[in-house]
Amino acid sequence: MTELTSRQDVNGRNDPRIKSGDGRDVSGEPAPPQERKPERPWLRLSPMNRRRLDNFRRNKRGAWSLKIFLVLFVCALFANFIANDRPIVAYYKGELLFPVFVDYPEDKFGGFQAQADFRDPFVADEVNAHGWMIWPPIHFANSTTILNPPTPLPTPPTWLLSDETCRVALEKRGVKDAAAVVFPCRKLEPLWLGSDQDGHDIVARLLYGFRISVLFGLTLAGISSVIGVFAGAVQGYFGGWLDLAMQRVIEIWSSLPHLYILIILSAILAPSFFVLLTILLLFSWVSLVHLVRAEFLRARNFEYVNAARALGVSNTRIIIKHVLPNAMVATLTFLPFIVNSSISTLTSLDFLGLGMPPGFPSLGELLLQGKSNLSAPWIGLSAFAATALMLSLLIFIGEAVRDAFDPRKTFS
Amino acid sequence: MRAEAPLIEVRNLSIAFAQAGERKAVVERVSFRLEKGRAMALVGESGSGKTVTAQAIVRLLPQPAASYPTGEILFRGRDVLKMKDAELREMRGGAVTMVFQEPMTSLNPLHTIARQIGEIIALHHGRAAATKARIVELLSEVGIVDPASRLGAFPHQLSGGQRQRVMIAMALANRPDLLIADEPTTALDVTVQAQILTLLKDLQAKLGMAMLFITHDLNVVRKIADDVIVMQKGEIVEAGRMANVFANPQHAYTRALLAAEPKGDPPPADKSAPAIAGAKDLRVWFPVKRGLLRRTVGYVKAVDGVSLEVREGETVGVVGESGSGKTTLGLAMLRLIRSDGPIAFLGRAIDGLNSRAMRPLRRDMQVVFQDPFGSLSPRMSVAEIVEEGLIAQGTKLTAGERRRVVERALADTGLDPSSLDRYPHEFSGGQRQRIAIARAMALDPKFVVLDEPTSALDVSIQAQIVDLLRELQKRRKLAYLFISHDLRVVRALASEIVVMRRGRVVESGEAAQVFSNPRDEYTRALFAAAFANEAIPTGAVSQ
Repeated sequence: MTELTSRQDVNGRNDPRIKSGDGRDVSGEPAPPQERKPERPWLRLSPMNRRRLDNFRRNKRGAWSLKIFLVLFVCALFANFIANDRPIVAYYKGELLFPVFVDYPEDKFGGFQAQADFRDPFVADEVNAHGWMIWPPIHFANSTTILNPPTPLPTPPTWLLSDETCRVALEKRGVKDAAAVVFPCRKLEPLWLGSDQDGHDIVARLLYGFRISVLFGLTLAGISSVIGVFAGAVQGYFGGWLDLAMQRVIEIWSSLPHLYILIILSAILAPSFFVLLTILLLFSWVSLVHLVRAEFLRARNFEYVNAARALGVSNTRIIIKHVLPNAMVATLTFLPFIVNSSISTLTSLDFLGLGMPPGFPSLGELLLQGKSNLSAPWIGLSAFAATALMLSLLIFIGEAVRDAFDPRKTFS
Repeated sequence: MRAEAPLIEVRNLSIAFAQAGERKAVVERVSFRLEKGRAMALVGESGSGKTVTAQAIVRLLPQPAASYPTGEILFRGRDVLKMKDAELREMRGGAVTMVFQEPMTSLNPLHTIARQIGEIIALHHGRAAATKARIVELLSEVGIVDPASRLGAFPHQLSGGQRQRVMIAMALANRPDLLIADEPTTALDVTVQAQILTLLKDLQAKLGMAMLFITHDLNVVRKIADDVIVMQKGEIVEAGRMANVFANPQHAYTRALLAAEPKGDPPPADKSAPAIAGAKDLRVWFPVKRGLLRRTVGYVKAVDGVSLEVREGETVGVVGESGSGKTTLGLAMLRLIRSDGPIAFLGRAIDGLNSRAMRPLRRDMQVVFQDPFGSLSPRMSVAEIVEEGLIAQGTKLTAGERRRVVERALADTGLDPSSLDRYPHEFSGGQRQRIAIARAMALDPKFVVLDEPTSALDVSIQAQIVDLLRELQKRRKLAYLFISHDLRVVRALASEIVVMRRGRVVESGEAAQVFSNPRDEYTRALFAAAFANEAIPTGAVSQ
């Protein structure tokens, strides 16, 4: 962003002083005039990037995948406002409360617990009697367990329950005339995709699981790209003995059996988000090195790199200004696929029970539950659908990015 | 003696290419006729439509993309554009054959040359006709030395000139009525170019075939053509007998082309001027390593014991064919590659300095490369490109002052200073080369290495760049090391020249003297080839 604004400053296009002087009308050697007007003045793209963007947009599948993915990702980022066990805003005895952000002690509402549980009928009735509450659409957070489940856990989705079961459940909750209710299941707290074996709502679980998977994937891909690009850049640019030595180290490193080492390490270290990130990082940075190294080997002999050397530009600056932009294309093309593989690694570790600590919302753990509860197919099916959707979207985006950067490919 | 119908008659031909949904005309309403046994040259700068026109004659253009809105091409009275595929195949390689610019990519690298020549005979006259004797005959016809022993050679085992000879042998195998030669000598060294031209001219006369010769080089036209057609932007601007057109050009563009030759004289060599840069017995040897332990078994001697001195306000021209080590010499003088032997710059030995110690000196030594498309980073604006050196040299200028320096450098090189914030792709080749020169000049250097700065440009632009360089040299007392294979350009700029061959200096001295009275046999052959396109039959040049 800073680069864009500073360029516009030097540009002088919006600068009245230069406009009022001549200097604009001077036409020396004719250069092809820029006919097209930029649609968005803040987005000054070089024609090459414009072409890439157009190519990406023309790839319908990729463009739609990106849109869907972004919607899902934004939803997941705001998961606390979509699926939570506490209201977003509450009004109680003349006071505006924000339970999403603040933990209120229960004694505020006449109870004795350290933390108010707004799903508790006691608290809920108290607040409703003296004010109001605005709930998120789903009344479960990722680790909220349902109270008085209508069936033994895992509970199927409410729209799959029979009327009798629902009536029994309603009676259990003390609803009067439960037998006379026409659609008893609509009176129950909705569980759109049922619950898992611990009584967690699966929708909430998926939402939070999606968030943590994508964030994990992005972080891992980001950090490993930085390390990979740096290592590849150093190797490719300087070459020689340094390159040779690092190549051998990388070869040995990447021929280690990753999964076994991950299993051993996660058995020693107590797994957490950052421990897992570090462990996976140990191996994932290698994937980009070869690519970037090759790009650098090619680009370091470009004439404009030689010209920069002849100007006395330092190596660091040459790498950053002249060579890195070439390697960025390759990196950017690969990034969606790295995100994808990071997510699948995390999911598989979770599935094996070696990933995130218990209680964390994770797609892999949900898949494991689906496997051990084959009689409750809604668990396995929803976890599978969510994982498949996420990975496919990322792959489609990745393919579209790759094709958009491919100079020989055109879409009509 | 006129034949009843012309061999080729092109009437009102237009050619268009589909591009992003639109049809773009590249050739518009072109008409000409080519009689049997005559040589016609199609001349024009890159993008003038000459190659497209020639390829249309055998319908080699990619069919759905290329279309022919108007006109017809009559080959012996039959319209080529309406021919069926079988007829076309019969015509191509039989009655009409082509020779392309790049002989390496035109030959299949996996087959021997005997097989490739045999194949084209077999296609039109059956297997039985493709005898070994016939192939040997063809090869000796195109001047391959000891053809019988060359039959089993693969393309990579031949030199560029020999490959082009093989291509010509293939083109002549079926005794065509028309040979279309598309810049057949452009990729070759001057001495080889002269040999190939002589060969083509002789064969054309001997076999009585017609020849359509496409080139951008007017000297080649002068040597080979009976008739000439000048094309510009897809249209024929002038046509006629070669001698008439050259003696009395009618169209402004033809006159510009003819006048485009680099002219002017270099400043006389002044022995008293202070030396700026010099080298003694400079060597750049690349080790050849073999075996498990990578032991050095020999060296490729790219530059082998070259001594030279460049004085203030003077140009030393380095000439030679490709592979003679001239570019390597230039890079070594700038300490951009490793070399042995003392190099002096501004009275100081710089051969032992490391890259950090070299950095402040780079301010006074600059370089301009051959390819104006490769030497400018496509992702930087002109201002960023030109001011990079100022930033790298740690000059304490504010952004505004830098901008003024850049503007002045652009103005000095004849560019509009308001184009500061454009990107390189918005400029033509000549303008890009000016930007590259402006980048070198922004630092106000004393010594500039010019590595074939005009070779990638069209003729008319070449002359402009030469004038610009001479002008800058006069104003700033610059010392140039001018590397080129183009002797005309060198003659217009250099006070002293160094002729290189295979890494060694063949001849050197004051330019006027060397040009008027070359002592070495190789130099003589080189000059004859370059200035008159004459091939001198001596052992001094290779095939």
